[in-house]
Amino acid sequence: MAKHKTPLLDQLESGPWPSFVSDLKLEAEVRAKNEKNVNYQIPVEVVEDLLGVLELSFTDGETHWKHGGIVGVFGYGGGVIGRYCDQPEAFPGVAHFHTVRVAQPTGKYYTTEFLRQIIDIWDMRGSGLTNMHGSTGDIVFLGTTTPQLEEIFYELTHDANVDLGGSGSNLRTPAACLGQSRCEYACYDAQGLCYDMTMEFQDELHRPAFPYKFKFKFDACPNSCVCALARSDFSVVGIWKDEIRIDQEAVAAYVGGEFAPNAGAHSGRDWGKFNIQTEVCDNCPSKCITYADNKLTINDKECVHCMHCINTMPRALMIGNDRGASILCGAKAPILDGPQLSSLLVPFIKVEEPYTEVKDVVENIWDWWMEEGKNRERLGETMRRMGFQKLLEVTNTKADPRHVQEPRHNPYIFWKADEVDGPWERDVNEYRKRHQR
Amino acid sequence: MAFVSSGYNPDKPMENRISDIGPRDFNEFLPPVLKNNFGQWKYHDILEPGVLLHVAESGDEVYTVRCGTARLMSITLIREMCDIADAHCDGYLRFTTRNNVEFMVDSKDKCDALKKDLQSRKFDGGSFKFPVGGTGAGVSNIVHTQGWVHCHTPATDASGTVKVIMDDLFEEFTNHNMPAPVRIAVACCLNMCGACHCSDIAVVGIHRKPPLIDHEYLDNVCEIPLAIASCPTGAVRPSKVEIDGKQYKSVAIKEERCMFCGNCYTMCPSLPLSDKEGDGIALMVGGKVSNRISMPKFSKVVVAFIPNEPPRWPTLVKTIRTILDVYKADANKYERLGDWAERIGWERFFEKTGIEFTPHLIDDFRDPAYYTWRQSTQFKF
Ligand code: HEM
Ligand code: HEM
Ligand code: HEM
Ligand code: HEM
Ligand code: SF4
Ligand code: SF4
Ligand code: SF4
Ligand code: SF4
Repeated sequence: MAKHKTPLLDQLESGPWPSFVSDLKLEAEVRAKNEKNVNYQIPVEVVEDLLGVLELSFTDGETHWKHGGIVGVFGYGGGVIGRYCDQPEAFPGVAHFHTVRVAQPTGKYYTTEFLRQIIDIWDMRGSGLTNMHGSTGDIVFLGTTTPQLEEIFYELTHDANVDLGGSGSNLRTPAACLGQSRCEYACYDAQGLCYDMTMEFQDELHRPAFPYKFKFKFDACPNSCVCALARSDFSVVGIWKDEIRIDQEAVAAYVGGEFAPNAGAHSGRDWGKFNIQTEVCDNCPSKCITYADNKLTINDKECVHCMHCINTMPRALMIGNDRGASILCGAKAPILDGPQLSSLLVPFIKVEEPYTEVKDVVENIWDWWMEEGKNRERLGETMRRMGFQKLLEVTNTKADPRHVQEPRHNPYIFWKADEVDGPWERDVNEYRKRHQR
Repeated sequence: MAFVSSGYNPDKPMENRISDIGPRDFNEFLPPVLKNNFGQWKYHDILEPGVLLHVAESGDEVYTVRCGTARLMSITLIREMCDIADAHCDGYLRFTTRNNVEFMVDSKDKCDALKKDLQSRKFDGGSFKFPVGGTGAGVSNIVHTQGWVHCHTPATDASGTVKVIMDDLFEEFTNHNMPAPVRIAVACCLNMCGACHCSDIAVVGIHRKPPLIDHEYLDNVCEIPLAIASCPTGAVRPSKVEIDGKQYKSVAIKEERCMFCGNCYTMCPSLPLSDKEGDGIALMVGGKVSNRISMPKFSKVVVAFIPNEPPRWPTLVKTIRTILDVYKADANKYERLGDWAERIGWERFFEKTGIEFTPHLIDDFRDPAYYTWRQSTQFKF
């Protein structure tokens, strides 16, 4: 018998999409029955009370969580999001309902052995509810009490050999696309770089020392499966420098209809027979592909690496062999000065262990931003306030036409005194000798 | 419910403390076929909605079955996933960047058995536990946020809105019928924890009333300069207030300058602003993150307000369906929603979808707003 009536939430049990309400109700039952005899360390009715408070929010149209909450574990300045219900008498099971961010393996591959180990910890010491995963990438354990935090942390680090993720004004948990593990487009080992950088900068991740939050994301090609250039202050996107490799026999197989375009991504609808001219050549943003006399040619010098032709004919066209990545900076959500996508800083960089070149760029940016960034100012906003030129200076990068979409159209140009012949200190009396008042 | 120690000693908190060990190394968790062919993949095929085949230079094959999840999930459900992975996949599985779950096997036979098993599992209420789909030119999972389940600043719910949208778009999740992939994101406030600013369709919770001011408590719980600096439009200033003869240091908000972003509340608990009738949803469209053909794009606001209608948000669901139906019928192959809208012109987008254009949709935020007006005589009647 459920503890609270949930007539509104009950309506979310129908329909084909997996119902979080059904799932929560099942978990509430499993806890109530406790067939495994778990020694629950937080209220058994935590899930029922979560459903209860959520039903109240559905009725009121307003959240029932109190503002903020500062909790954590010794030694770290982040990793746990504190949360308290604003109706603790009615819903004592969620009076404390803190979230624990747990560091996820890059690419989110798991063995069932590891998953079972960490959810057993959570079963006993938490609500049994999770987010798989938070949008930054963490495994999110949703709902526990303050006294359990150190216990959970102890078991995670001692038994499961896994750490907390990041929160607060620091380096947040980095994430990558699945990269070379299962994708033929991967231009570098995004998972390897992501893991290496996460380990290198553990201190920056656990102990807030920045003006504001800072995120890394790693896409191994411009398709951006982890959305690096929209969702991270420091976005590394794989790219190649030489020629797209062409297999003319496979091209013929696409033209002949043996291979489905785009690996069959449009199979649900009749788009007619594959037309290489309209579907590939005409869609190339650079118009640098031609198909004539049964032969596909690409003028690689004009290619902008958009991936369209490769995505459309994955068996015939392959990324080049001279591979690396572009680095873009400054993406952020709208608060405060408006949303930003990352802007191109380093057009091409080699990505090879021990990744020193990439790390140098990050450290130069941090040295500058930690000094100059205002309180709660994202890197993207510091770039806007102080100018892109400043970012080039601190990273020792030479300005290049690739840094702009277009040159400026106002002539309000700053010059440094040493760029101009003769001194800036000038005598107006000297001037008047040539120009009378 | 007796307290059980983990071994942690609260009297000596720094003793035996392990720190800075980070995540587990992903190499420990790669299925052998992926480990053996790491960086050696040759091509891939989408065999049917939800089922992928990757072929390596060595000739090795890996079949992937992708299933939708609600993201908010119980450990009982995760245990069920583990049981499936143990039964079919030698104990390996993974999650995607859109919070789907993927099971991998190394032959077609195993793949068929796996898929059949997954499709057969349902909750008591009738919904699928592991619907197969989310590949190719369709609608995959919705990237979303905390909502009323855990956050204190939302203007709408996340899990609820996602469920009702995905119920309505379910056939698009299990098919390849769209001109190009359609990415949908939900954020329950303007912090946009996720992908709204750069999705084909984005649902964003918004407020429409200025914050309340809890003068008697404000100075005790807030750093006033932080609240002032938090306002994008400079609507917050310091002030003194007298209540029952007592003076309080507090803030004043210029209501005609406030656009209800809620950022001052993020910084100061004494400035709450949620409101049943005031709060609702702004709908944005036309964003993308990939560099394919066109460059990445921000999504743009096309509906300034849709009311919250829990539990099933019918107006929201219908509006999204309308936009998708028109896009599906009108766009060219490979054209993302934003590419289509830009090609036909935004005036045509509004005409074809029947969405009313209101003054709220015209940008008025600082200098860049000018660049969103039309400095041209090129337009369609
Ligand atoms: C008020 C309390 C807040 C809560 C409860 C909250 C919750 C969350 C959670 C759970 C995540 C996923 C985290 C992970 O995977 O580790 C997240 C990500 C994010 N949050 Fe928040 N958040 C809050 C405030 C904010 C604020 C103030 C901002 C911005 C001004 C913000 C912007 C973001 C963004 C952009 C992401 C996505 C990052 C990404 O895609 O990598 N959040 N938030
Ligand atoms: C070998 C080829 C590819 C592999 C293995 C791959 C892998 C993935 C995976 C596993 C996801 C998460 C999917 C989900 O849960 O729905 C994903 C998302 C995504 N992929 Fe790919 N992908 C490939 C090709 C592409 C192509 C051709 C494009 C673009 C045309 C692309 C763009 C994206 C984008 C934009 C996302 C969504 C990111 C987001 O919004 O969260 N990918 N990819
Ligand atoms: C004493 C100061 C100035 C003098 C003597 C002057 C003189 C002129 C003259 C002779 C023309 C050509 C008119 C024609 O084609 O018939 C002109 C055009 C123009 N001036 Fe000035 N100008 C002065 C200051 C400015 C200033 C301060 C600005 C801008 C801030 C300005 C902006 C322009 C522009 C934009 C045009 C081109 C207008 C068009 O294309 O229709 N001028 N000016
Ligand atoms: C033009 C407006 C927008 C811009 C420029 C923008 C930009 C961004 C950026 C830069 C990120 C990464 C943020 C970070 O890591 O701090 C992000 C993430 C995100 N934004 Fe936006 N955003 C905009 C509007 C929206 C809207 C309206 C929504 C929701 C309806 C939204 C939902 C999200 C979500 C859910 C994420 C996390 C993505 C994920 O986990 O896949 N954004 N956005
Ligand atoms: S970003 Fe590129 S390399 Fe990475 S998974 Fe997506 S398509 Fe593959
Ligand atoms: S990758 Fe893009 S720009 Fe380069 S040839 Fe192919 S379609 Fe053209
Ligand atoms: S989008 Fe806003 S309301 Fe939703 S979880 Fe993030 S901060 Fe909270
Ligand atoms: S809600 Fe936003 S605009 Fe309004 S006063 Fe607060 S910070 Fe300023």
